[in-house]
Amino acid sequence: MLQVLRLFGDYLSQYFKTRLAYRADFFGELVSNLIFELINLVFIVVVFQHVPLLNDWSRDEIIFIYGYFLIPYALFTMFFGFWDFNERYIIRGEMDRVLTRPIHNLAQVCLESIAPDRIFGVFSGLIIMGYAAIKLELSFAWYDLLLFVGLVISSVLIYAGVYTAIAAISFFSDSRTGIAPMIWNIQNYGRYPVDVYNGVIRFILTWILPFAFVGLYPSAYFLRKEEWYTYTMLTPVMGLIFFSLGLFVWNWGIKRYQGAGS
Amino acid sequence: MLRLYAELIRIRFLTMLAYRVNYYSGIIIYGINIGAYYFLWKAIYAGQQNLAGMNVEQMTVYVAIAWMSRAFYFNNIDFEIAQDVREGKVAIEMIRPYHYLSVKTAQAFGEGLFRLLFFAIPGMLLVSLFLPLAFPPSPAAWGVYLVSLLLAFLINTELNLLTGVLTFFFFRNDGMMRAKRVIVDLLSGLILPISFFPGWAQAIMNWLPFQAINYYPSMIFAGAIDPLQAGDVILLQSIWTVGLLLPLTALWRRARRNLVVQGG
Repeated sequence: MLQVLRLFGDYLSQYFKTRLAYRADFFGELVSNLIFELINLVFIVVVFQHVPLLNDWSRDEIIFIYGYFLIPYALFTMFFGFWDFNERYIIRGEMDRVLTRPIHNLAQVCLESIAPDRIFGVFSGLIIMGYAAIKLELSFAWYDLLLFVGLVISSVLIYAGVYTAIAAISFFSDSRTGIAPMIWNIQNYGRYPVDVYNGVIRFILTWILPFAFVGLYPSAYFLRKEEWYTYTMLTPVMGLIFFSLGLFVWNWGIKRYQGAGS
Repeated sequence: MLRLYAELIRIRFLTMLAYRVNYYSGIIIYGINIGAYYFLWKAIYAGQQNLAGMNVEQMTVYVAIAWMSRAFYFNNIDFEIAQDVREGKVAIEMIRPYHYLSVKTAQAFGEGLFRLLFFAIPGMLLVSLFLPLAFPPSPAAWGVYLVSLLLAFLINTELNLLTGVLTFFFFRNDGMMRAKRVIVDLLSGLILPISFFPGWAQAIMNWLPFQAINYYPSMIFAGAIDPLQAGDVILLQSIWTVGLLLPLTALWRRARRNLVVQGG
């Protein structure tokens, strides 16, 4: 573990060296991430100029949920940014190299695709949440901060588990499946309260691709929506289950992996 | 000359056709997005008949057609140009007896045609199984929509060429191209119709080309712009199509002088 942390530092400095070689590109990407985060905010703000409530949710409550969503999402993309796993590691045969490295192969892949600049996503999430919290006049106890950190970590684990499992599909079939972008788009549903959707979608978002645990369910606690508390408490459980599942599929895939590329 | 470009369109179309399996998942992705916005809008409309001049039926059609129009006008030629520049291929492209930007446009058109036939049309049929969609009533309305969509394609392609050509100056500008893509999605009306924006924002957007990319054709399709006004919309789109050629030619001329070939 300590070794991974030390390597993390090294990869971090390497990352900034390569990225800052093309400064305009680096800042362009920061700006594009920021715009991407703001677009949904614009959507919410503009829509609420026309309606007072969305399924009994007020504008600021929805903004709060969105702000929360941004934080685990940014952390996840920071550490698990291997969207192109299939292309980069399987088709080009890079995975063979990863397997010869001394640390766990998943940790190695994570280190190689790390994106520290996504930390700004955490900041925008915090600012958006803070703004909504002030508007809603929410009050917090000291232990809420601990709960918040715990819930965010759980949400990140859910994302990490789902995407690790999806990346691991490449070990079984090296053709392009197009599943990753599909899941990525489904996750967009998680940004809004799930009771907006019909029962089937709500079920999927809770138990199968549990993206509601990255938005509504944990934030419901801070919004003091007691009807969702059971789900809030389930968040860490789901996080552990899904991350273990992801890890299991990954390790299983590694065993099956026969090498590809030349 | 025209035969050459027709051939380029055909080749790109066939290349896409060879990889059509990759696009079946794309239809589902667009379906997922349309579904998400459909439910969201349904909740937003709850109890209200009319918001910003559109009723819920028109909104449903709008959401569906906006995404399907995007399948046609969307392309990655800015990233392709950037790659050509980075890999030095652009040097070869520029000594060939054709106009590089027109070639890119032809390729984008071939790609767009492919997605229209194999993506947007089956996608629209698929979505209409799940959502209550009302299609334009007359052949004339369909015609106006298609003309508007074609102009939308040209405007979006010109913007892509503009950002793509900027690679000649910056060498790496993926970030900017990505930012442009998100901005186009928001300001073109894909995420929400322009009529929902506050007055001051609309006033600014009236001076920008973005709403010509999606908002106008989608409003025509949804029947939210009456046919008499459609002529004005087409005219406005045509003005933008021609108008954007000016900065594009100017930039292209400078880019050719500025070219640094890095590899090749």
